[in-house]
Amino acid sequence: MAHHDHTAALPPLKQVAADYAADKQAFPVPWGKAMMWIFLLSDTFIFTCFLTGYMNVRISTMDTWPNPSQVFGLHLFGTEVPLLLIAIMTFVLITSSGTMALAVNYGYRRDRRRTVMLLCATAALGATFVGMQAFEWTKLIMEGVRPWENPWGAEQFGSAFFMITGFHGCHVTAGVIYLLITAKRVGSGFYDRKGTYETVEVAGLYWHFVDLVWVFIFAFFYLW
Amino acid sequence: MSDAKEGQQHPLTVYLWIWLLLFVLSTFSYLVDFYHVQGMLRWTLIILFMLLKAGFIVAIFMHMAWERLALKFAILLPPLCLLVLIGFMAIEGDYTFLTRGAAFVR
Repeated sequence: MAHHDHTAALPPLKQVAADYAADKQAFPVPWGKAMMWIFLLSDTFIFTCFLTGYMNVRISTMDTWPNPSQVFGLHLFGTEVPLLLIAIMTFVLITSSGTMALAVNYGYRRDRRRTVMLLCATAALGATFVGMQAFEWTKLIMEGVRPWENPWGAEQFGSAFFMITGFHGCHVTAGVIYLLITAKRVGSGFYDRKGTYETVEVAGLYWHFVDLVWVFIFAFFYLW
Repeated sequence: MSDAKEGQQHPLTVYLWIWLLLFVLSTFSYLVDFYHVQGMLRWTLIILFMLLKAGFIVAIFMHMAWERLALKFAILLPPLCLLVLIGFMAIEGDYTFLTRGAAFVR
């Protein structure tokens, strides 16, 4: 191919640049989607490192691990309901995943009004989740949980809890902002002028990933 | 390209069914804790519900089921390396626990 001959004559570093920047495509998807997937892959490694660190300290501690079922229980109507707040947070996040999936679908149908409404609903549910997490943190801090101590057992509980849920909460917060910007752009007809609604699907990938991480945190931190 | 359907478009019912399924699976995993299921059955159920939920989110909501194999490989295979990390850290944790037991509990 003529294109190939042209780059072969370039100096080595220019050749590398030409090869990496050339018009070759490994994945037949929009570049934004491929990049989002690669970002999410790196995020998978970060969250797995956190959860693995948590597993390691929980295995190796000599103290008993605080029982999450009781720690995160709520007093309601005179009875102790285990993990109630966490269960509600889980359902809020799953609901938001559903509204997000529908937003992507209506985006491709060029139904701007429904897409904006569903994106805003997703962002509102995400904000609700962060609010409930703030409540949970406040409650635990008032009960004396610190990264270095807590009233119930192994000190590592606090550091693992604050690090893992904190990092996840940051992701949700960033996601809420991301969704609101996307909603604003849908509303202003930005994607109609651009001629594609794939950006909404990419935002959806990020949001579903946040829900995906919560599935693992819920199983390993709260239920284990 | 111009006539091809843009992006990932699927019937609404697919999403609604998966949505419902995720609710049911979440309820099941909560019930494991609520009814104080203990021991091997507890770990098995938690992992089972977790993997099912994660699988449906990635396959349907994130559209991985309809992507081409090249992208599936690029994204889904690298995390398998993490299983090695998890295995090593579990062994290391057990070792630390035994060492602490030998050193501190006399």
